Amino acid sequence: MSRIGLLLRAIWARAYVRIVGGNRELSWMLSEVLLPMISLSAYIFIYRSLGAPRIYEGLVVLGGAMIPFWIGVLWSMASQFYWEKETGNLDLYMASPMHPVTLLVGMAVGGMFMSFVRSFFVLLLGVFVFRVELTAQQPLLLVLLFSLTLTSLFSMGMAASSVYFMVGRVGIKINQILIEPVYLLAGLYFPVTHLGRFLLVLAALIPLTLGLDGVRQLLLPGGASIGLLRPEIETGILAVMTVVFTIGAVRLMRVLEQKGKRDGTMSLRWQ
Amino acid sequence: MNLAVETIDLTRTYKVKRGETLTALDRVNLQIRPGEVFGVLGPNGAGKTTAIKILVTLLYPSSGQALVAGHDVVEHPEKVRPLINMVSGGETSGYGILTVRENIWMFSQFYGLPGAVAKKRIDEYLVRFSLDKNAKTKVHNLSTGMRQKMNIIRGFVTDPQILFLDEPTLGLDVHIAREVRRYIREWIAENNRRTVLLTTHYMAEAEELCDRIAIIDGGRLVACDTPAALRRSLGEGGLFTLILSPEPRDTSLVANIPGVSGAYLLPADEPGSMALRFQLSDDQRLQDIFAVAAEHGYRIKGFSKHEPDLEDLFVKIVGRRLHENE
Repeated sequence: MSRIGLLLRAIWARAYVRIVGGNRELSWMLSEVLLPMISLSAYIFIYRSLGAPRIYEGLVVLGGAMIPFWIGVLWSMASQFYWEKETGNLDLYMASPMHPVTLLVGMAVGGMFMSFVRSFFVLLLGVFVFRVELTAQQPLLLVLLFSLTLTSLFSMGMAASSVYFMVGRVGIKINQILIEPVYLLAGLYFPVTHLGRFLLVLAALIPLTLGLDGVRQLLLPGGASIGLLRPEIETGILAVMTVVFTIGAVRLMRVLEQKGKRDGTMSLRWQ
Repeated sequence: MNLAVETIDLTRTYKVKRGETLTALDRVNLQIRPGEVFGVLGPNGAGKTTAIKILVTLLYPSSGQALVAGHDVVEHPEKVRPLINMVSGGETSGYGILTVRENIWMFSQFYGLPGAVAKKRIDEYLVRFSLDKNAKTKVHNLSTGMRQKMNIIRGFVTDPQILFLDEPTLGLDVHIAREVRRYIREWIAENNRRTVLLTTHYMAEAEELCDRIAIIDGGRLVACDTPAALRRSLGEGGLFTLILSPEPRDTSLVANIPGVSGAYLLPADEPGSMALRFQLSDDQRLQDIFAVAAEHGYRIKGFSKHEPDLEDLFVKIVGRRLHENE
């Protein structure tokens, strides 16, 4: 078996859990599509009651459609190793011939697909219920920007999972803490330009912010008026983020794997 | 010829509190030949799992060296991993949302097993372990026994050269445990290059399955030989069991009788009774023991002489029973 063959098989096998298994029980439709629609609807009704321009409704629907990706990064990537360690999967992964980074990539590919399916249904429902108008301006750029949003988000998740590898249960708390602040900083329900300069710098470090802002500019009629940066620039930054986070994840994984073996913290049962 | 597994002064310590360390393995030397089923026997906390974790490249030794198929596990883990697999007792690995077949397939892919080969082997093993009817059952719907059978198939399906089994029959009912033990013997017999390293704290399992047994206690290797040779090392003298009522608190009853060694208590079937087992170098001394028991107000409700087993050996070497304090 060639190294490439092993790599591809391992990536597909780990992604399979999410691509096939993750969509097998349709209860996610309720918890990950219908329930988020409630808060999304609330924001839309607020904007309607205030007489805000129609673009704000589209902006909320697109924001809501990006939520599954952030949830995916936190719960299916960053804290995943905690669960893998608890169940004993991590031992089996680490003792197998596949490179540990393969595992991260498999998780990311599966996570992207799983989040994409949920995101698609939120978008579909939002567009259908609230009659949001979407127009793909510069479709190629839109596809590129959206793809890089996913790769940068999930490569950030890969890097985070390497870090969470060492923090154990605390990672669950970190996840809970990170949900709402990131919703705010990414401007899920409002134009991110309203954040103010200091918070904008902070927000721009999160791929979700730039990705969402770019998607809004490229999908909503008149979207450029609420944009933070030009979509081309955002695409470039997201590409850099993808590279930086991926390299960071690979290096962190190696360092922390060795630390785990040295300190005996990689396995749950150390004796 | 390379040894399947070799450890040279293998030591592992853990920091447990500020300034305190726990020695889980203390200069352990093992040599396991290809074709062997090698047992590592010891109570909980003896260091068995630590040894396995080092050998499967999950843990660095603090000092010493561990070689698997001639490869150093620290220097060349990438050469070790394709040759091994492992199964632990009571493990909850895999994903509940996947079916039995999908779970086994998934793990096989981490070893690069081609799809057709994986499918054929999985089918064969599912039939072999009577799990074929549950091939499409989601793992979260399996019983503990079925789940462990699935784990055991996962270990065999990649056809490892060296298989590490860490208490594989833990919690399994008698029939399934017997089935697993039978298959391990068959698997080894099929190919004399295959090796199994098995940890257990079931004496009977070690005796039935293993070509050689190492006894570990407190991280130290205290004995290593074939089950027969280990039994012989108990020396001359018969092993006796007295069923006493009321239950004695300890073994002091026979402690001062010359020729008595390795005395320990066992639960007896009869309520209010306890079995006192000991080795006696001179059968003539039995009368003294009966007399002492009567003097102390015990009734002897049963008496037997039997062949020594590994439990007796463990008591003799370590000074306590294998399952004491569990």
